[in-house]
Amino acid sequence: MRLPDKTTAMAEAIARIPSGATVMLSGFGVPGTPFALIQELIRQGQDNLTIIKNDANETGMGVDHLLAHGRVKRLITTHIGLNPRAVAMMNAGEIEVEFCAQGILAERIRAGGAGLKAIVTDIGRDTELAQGKPRLDIGGAPAVVELALRCDVALVHAAKADTFGNLTFAATARNFAPLMAMAADRVIAEAEAIVPLGALPPDQVHAPGPFVDHVVALDTLSEEYGVVRRA
Amino acid sequence: MSGARNRMIARAAQEIAPGMVVNLGMGLPTRVIDHIAPDFPVCLHTENGLTGIGPTLPYEQADRNLIDAGGAYVSTIPGSAFCDSATSFALVRSGRLDLTMLGAFEVSATGDLANWKIPGRFTPGAGGGIELAQKARRVVVLTTHTDRDGNPKLVGRCTLPLTAKACVARIFTEMAVIDVTPQGFALREIATGLDPATVTAATGAPLALPTGQIPEF
Repeated sequence: MRLPDKTTAMAEAIARIPSGATVMLSGFGVPGTPFALIQELIRQGQDNLTIIKNDANETGMGVDHLLAHGRVKRLITTHIGLNPRAVAMMNAGEIEVEFCAQGILAERIRAGGAGLKAIVTDIGRDTELAQGKPRLDIGGAPAVVELALRCDVALVHAAKADTFGNLTFAATARNFAPLMAMAADRVIAEAEAIVPLGALPPDQVHAPGPFVDHVVALDTLSEEYGVVRRA
Repeated sequence: MSGARNRMIARAAQEIAPGMVVNLGMGLPTRVIDHIAPDFPVCLHTENGLTGIGPTLPYEQADRNLIDAGGAYVSTIPGSAFCDSATSFALVRSGRLDLTMLGAFEVSATGDLANWKIPGRFTPGAGGGIELAQKARRVVVLTTHTDRDGNPKLVGRCTLPLTAKACVARIFTEMAVIDVTPQGFALREIATGLDPATVTAATGAPLALPTGQIPEF
């Protein structure tokens, strides 16, 4: 037996995303953000997107390009404080923003990936984030029902992928990637290196290949992937 | 002022006991790391997926994939581990976090914390703050005593949207160390040379003063 080859040209993979799609993007700040796949999405022109990402990156990077090009209808996120454009567009009503507690965003995605419909938590019960959500009484304490999240396409960045789509992530670039890779109808992984089958030790794979549909090679890394020198 | 702020950060660092698992929030709390001795036994956690944070690195030595939740380039130490975001917050929500230090827009006399939204002005979002505030075993706040306009950040009731209710145990400011008690704010320590009346005037709710000498920091 031989595991199938999922290597795909970037343009061909991104062309599977229709306008109006819900798209998850891995990454926490720079580490793990699939900058190259985002740039290809900009180039191809899909719009009216619902983006699910921990943060909105910073000016001139990642999600900021999607915002600047007017491609985002709705953003489900945890923190946009480092992107003034995102804050301004939200305040002006140009995008809808749904804030979520960070670990609850992770669990909603994980639940979506695990075939569950919702999670129940006491996190945020005293905040406006709980407004309008179903409430339950669990053991005498109030809890909130948070719906699972799935998406049409997840774009994730991997340090290494094999041709079957087994993925490994580097350092804090792992963050949401293995969770999002489970919660999408289609997963496109960009990888800094694509290695032959067998080159990734099976017990060191962070996201197993069956979750991944396309593996896209990154020949070079743009400046966006680099160390950010802040004033 | 900046001298007072440094003393406050150094004082807050003493809050960390040997063996703790600790999360330092964005802003002032992150700077506490500079006051932890290299051989002090503590596990620092950052919610983007690292336990065992090592020293912050200059840009020339930075690993582009290795940051803390505030975006600073940090490092690993022997025994560090990486994890995904779900695992990172499982650690927080299940009670493994002994202490978190957070920033604040407002703290109320009952320990309510507001630090994620100023409606119409600045809404960064809560990030991991709600879970840290609600689930760390001990929550302390590091903040300036007043905002940029001179308004008290320590108030009777929060007017801003809450991060979590009744979560803050202690507040460190450049003026004072203040505990949240069942009776409200209580002054524990005061910045060297400061008059208690000055602290009281800058605090937006009643402040109980200790009897006798007030320890200075």
